[in-house]
Amino acid sequence: MTLTRRGLLGTAAATSLLPLARARAADAPIKIGVLGDMSGMYRDLSGPVSVACAKQAVADFGAAGKGIPVEILVGDHQNKPDIGAGVAGQWFDRDGVDLVVDVPNSSVALAVSNVGHLKNKVVIACGPGTADLTGPQCTPNTIHWSFDTWMLAHSTGGAMVKAGGDTWFFITADYAFGHAMQRDTANFVKEAGGKVLGNVDTPFPGTTDFSSFLLQAQSTGAKVIGLANAGSDTVNCIKQAAEFGVNKSARLAGLLVFISDVHALGLQNAQGLVLTETFYWDLNERTRAFTQRVLPNTGGARPGMGQAGVYGGVLQYLKAVEKIGVAAAKASGAATVAQMKAMPTDDDAFGPGSIRADGRALHPAYLFEVKSPAESKAPWDYYKLLATTPADEAFRPLKDGHCPLIPA
Amino acid sequence: MRGQRNTQIIAFLILIALVIAAPGMLYPVFVMKVLCFALFASAFNLLIGYVGLLSFGHAAFFGLGAYATAWTAKNWGLTPEIAILLGGVSGAALGTVFGWLAIRRQGLYFAMITLALAQMVYFFCVEAPFTGGEDGIQQVPRGKLFGVFSLANDMSIYWLVAVIFLAGFFLLNRVVHSPFGQVLKAIRENEPRATSLGYRTDSYKLIAFILSTFIAGIAGGTKSLVFGIATLTDVHWSMSGEVVLMTLLGGLGTIFGPVMGALVVTTMENYLAPFGAWVTVTQGLIFIACVLAFRRGIIGEIGAKLKLAL
Repeated sequence: MTLTRRGLLGTAAATSLLPLARARAADAPIKIGVLGDMSGMYRDLSGPVSVACAKQAVADFGAAGKGIPVEILVGDHQNKPDIGAGVAGQWFDRDGVDLVVDVPNSSVALAVSNVGHLKNKVVIACGPGTADLTGPQCTPNTIHWSFDTWMLAHSTGGAMVKAGGDTWFFITADYAFGHAMQRDTANFVKEAGGKVLGNVDTPFPGTTDFSSFLLQAQSTGAKVIGLANAGSDTVNCIKQAAEFGVNKSARLAGLLVFISDVHALGLQNAQGLVLTETFYWDLNERTRAFTQRVLPNTGGARPGMGQAGVYGGVLQYLKAVEKIGVAAAKASGAATVAQMKAMPTDDDAFGPGSIRADGRALHPAYLFEVKSPAESKAPWDYYKLLATTPADEAFRPLKDGHCPLIPA
Repeated sequence: MRGQRNTQIIAFLILIALVIAAPGMLYPVFVMKVLCFALFASAFNLLIGYVGLLSFGHAAFFGLGAYATAWTAKNWGLTPEIAILLGGVSGAALGTVFGWLAIRRQGLYFAMITLALAQMVYFFCVEAPFTGGEDGIQQVPRGKLFGVFSLANDMSIYWLVAVIFLAGFFLLNRVVHSPFGQVLKAIRENEPRATSLGYRTDSYKLIAFILSTFIAGIAGGTKSLVFGIATLTDVHWSMSGEVVLMTLLGGLGTIFGPVMGALVVTTMENYLAPFGAWVTVTQGLIFIACVLAFRRGIIGEIGAKLKLAL
């Protein structure tokens, strides 16, 4: 008897709250959940700066003046897909969140993208690299901003050869991501007329001493050493290359390096490193203006491309909400995303751009070289521009993605 | 003895009532996650709490169960009950091999062997093509129970998870209180003495190990269907650490302890998510407090206060 009574009481309590929640839904605000890594290895390229960028987008859009109430929630997915999917599901179902943004870490992003699709909400992924988000696993509710692995490989591999780095050797982390990164980049190098002299696989995870791999790379005489790895592997490679002077005889090309990594490494270690980003704070007037606005809330850190993507993505989302109305935007994530794709994008961080049918946000890709300490004039004055890939060439062609939304 | 039994029954009834009432008050997906981890921790507790074997590689069985269920449900389109069962079977199959190797040593060596073997499984999952490497297996369909009842709705899969949890929980409880369980406890207390009484302790330990890994596989498989994903997180050594934390926090060698521990740890992970780095800091502080202040764990201390075996 105890058991049924408790069950009944619980359900009764829950149902009695329902009408209240419905009554409130009429003038409910747009809720944006920034789901990032607040405590782990991606904190510097996501974390609090992403939250600051989201708030900046709301302020720049002038949401309050336009009568669109916006609330921002913050979550830490701790780099665990089940926590990410759990938090996102709870936000969507219980807290009335309409948009989840940021989501670094590919496995978490794919899981959250799927939840967003099931619940018909919006997911704007700015932090993850996997090109599957706009490929086989694309959904009508997901937009992928900032970068993906195809774009990074294409820009760093292709544009680098054109800039003179035509013989390559790869240091590859021995797992799926590393091999994919190496394969893609090598193809672009060959396409552009360059030559791949070889590669070495490093055990993953857990390799901390890359010196012998670096010396092996140096002995081949390759002009460019491609680092097909990520995170601490890349950082260790770059540091040890500086210690052994390998960066004097060859150029290091990081395939997944962010400005936060360069900041952590210091210019002494990172100088001469070549990398690709779609956003750099000191690129032009607009990016500088955006950075000046957001800087008071980032603790001095300049945003990287993932964090700037949060700004651009949220801004475009709010523009779409304004167009179709708050009630319609809350009712259907797919309709909001369709509206976002229908309008051109334009924001201070990325300039004019567009969003493709598969959810890929298109922007130019910039190949940068890290300055030497002598060249750097101001704090965070880190990059000089080597080459620009225009937006229509920077990302994987639509037909090669095998996104189910695109008729073959 | 009779009073003891009655309190146990009352405790079970309260547990069942809570499982039934919980989704009305809390987010069902969250409750399902707690139940999966509670089952996982209970399976782990069978070894550490009742045989005295500290397995530091239980994530291998949990994760392999998750991968097996996710893969078969997605690629073969198996119905959820069979996919989850396969998850349990693959956990047990791996457990048979690992257990056969590991039970030859005791204490720290046993823990190290299980950790080493689990790390091998982790690296296998990083490299193997079917696991999807870093991205994991995504978009796993929940399917239709017995090919009839759709589980797409959170509440319908909740009842399946609740039944699996309760069944696993009662199975473990039955095992612990059976004559077989008495022998396990005898081995925990004094293995040479159990041997001298004519028990083949190795066989008992191996059977307990396989049983524990089977349930761990079931828990992993169920979780992969709930979230629709199976990823490297499930096989990572930190998952093995987490289940140790849950069991210690709740109460080693108590029936309800692991459930309580799973609830506390999962709640922290979920509801502290807005506070960023504080999740891990809080987990650490609670662990320290637990080790220093209440070594028997939450349920263990309550049981000691009330003079009950919970």
